[in-house]
Amino acid sequence: MAASLSRDDVVHVARLARLALSDDEVERFTEQLAAVLEHAADVAGLDTAGVAPTAHPLDLVNVLRDDVPRPCLDRDEVLAMAPAVEDGRFRVPKILGEP
Amino acid sequence: MTATPGAGTGRTAVEIARDVRSGAVTARQVVEDYLARIGAHDGTVHAFLEVTGEAARAAADAIDLRVAKGEDPGPLAGVPVALKDNLCTRGVPTTAGSRILEGWRPPYTATVVERLTAAGAIPIGKTNLDEFAMGSSTENSAYGPTRNPHDHSRVPGGSSGGSAAAVAAGFAPLALGSDTGGSIRQPAALCGVVGVKPTYGAVSRYGLIAFASSLDQIGPFAATVADAALALSAIAGPDQMDSTSWPRPFPPLHLDRGVEGLRVGIVAELSGEGIAGDVNARVRAAADALSDLGAKTDEVSVPGARYALSAYYLIAPAEASSNLARYDGVRYGMRADAADITEMYGATRERGFGAEVKRRIMLGTYALSAGYYDAYYGQAQRARTLLIRDFAAAYESFDVLLSPTAPTTAFALGAKTSDPLTMYLSDVCTIPTNLAGHPGITVPFGVGDDGLPVGVQVLAPALGEPVMFRVAAALEASG
Repeated sequence: MAASLSRDDVVHVARLARLALSDDEVERFTEQLAAVLEHAADVAGLDTAGVAPTAHPLDLVNVLRDDVPRPCLDRDEVLAMAPAVEDGRFRVPKILGEP
Repeated sequence: MTATPGAGTGRTAVEIARDVRSGAVTARQVVEDYLARIGAHDGTVHAFLEVTGEAARAAADAIDLRVAKGEDPGPLAGVPVALKDNLCTRGVPTTAGSRILEGWRPPYTATVVERLTAAGAIPIGKTNLDEFAMGSSTENSAYGPTRNPHDHSRVPGGSSGGSAAAVAAGFAPLALGSDTGGSIRQPAALCGVVGVKPTYGAVSRYGLIAFASSLDQIGPFAATVADAALALSAIAGPDQMDSTSWPRPFPPLHLDRGVEGLRVGIVAELSGEGIAGDVNARVRAAADALSDLGAKTDEVSVPGARYALSAYYLIAPAEASSNLARYDGVRYGMRADAADITEMYGATRERGFGAEVKRRIMLGTYALSAGYYDAYYGQAQRARTLLIRDFAAAYESFDVLLSPTAPTTAFALGAKTSDPLTMYLSDVCTIPTNLAGHPGITVPFGVGDDGLPVGVQVLAPALGEPVMFRVAAALEASG
């Protein structure tokens, strides 16, 4: 695992996570995240060669339900909860730059 | 205010359902009694974010009408239930304790809520929680903290602190919470009530606002073990809307079979360093009580419990960072205005999320980022396998395991908010179970040196709820 976490790492990760962090938050998270990652060193030290990862404790694989048509969410009810809609669709700010 | 069972009406959930079904009391009267108690005391406790009084009265009248017609409204007839506010309820505000979902009314209802109401239960309100269930004190709610009904200067635990406090204060005989790393059991212990984390897959997660999907599980809070069993039996079982739900019927829970001959292991790694002396003393007393009832008790080692906390704080934030990517200001919740969409995403999430949620999204995004995925998330998922092997070895010699539920009794509001790692340690006893996917229950077992409740935790292998509840019932009877 990485030995430590830099301020630049935190800025990079904030961009990946789409979080417009303040400078204060970047400072604080650099220190706090490093402390948590340091605590995680005991996991890094485990010998896991040949050990399969676990995601579900019970033996379930590819659970599928019958492919039968059924009612879905009400479109108007869903759109009523959106921050902005237009013509029955979600409206968002500009995605591409000026041509 | 004390946490006497059924303090709202002097009756347990089992008794309420019995009396409503027989016509000895009306569901409407039951609901009015609880609403009155909420009205009188929740201004101080702040267990609820929303009290749905009118809907509860209407549901109660419908139950009473069915009883009058000679119908049976079900095993939870007329029993008010408080719902953690990360359970979706159609048309009723559901915030997950976050500003980013303020005012959101879900277009569908969680399976567990549908099942409770189908069994005759009456939702009475939505309870406070740490934002997106991330925390151990309910202080991370965007809507202010909940206070422990036993001592208003202390936290109720978390993240389901509102549900635990609601049952402890007699605002509802039953409540639902979610438990990702201890978020049902730890607050139940701190508030002196019973709390259950079922086997992963035993209860459908459909309609639970996701935090860490491989760990999240919904479960009940109650004043008694029998009430918790009644609620769990109503919500458990396969659901086509959750592909991780166990496809076979949930086993029946019998509480009256005693513990004679059962082998009870006291987890060595969770009964020494880092656990308060008065809490350890109560676990020893619980073991002695079980011995007196004919169980065989001995110490057992589960070495993986030592690194479980570290593995959890890689896995849970990683899954959270992925699950919470959906809060982007497009389809629901708040949006911060900005000139283009990338800026809008960043500003919405920066303003909508609180500090702990941002911290975990950052940690998780880092742990999943290029070059670190296998070293962090992959390694932690392999560590889960090692921990499950350790539990399996312990369960070769023991039927159930015993430990404290939380390392201390309820701590003071504000005591741990400045140091995330210290707060995380509140879940050291509960996290191993979540990683293994096993069930756990906490039962109140006396008080600590400060007079506040101590919970003792009983753990069992996957789908071992029947034996776990037998031990819990025995502890309750002797506590």
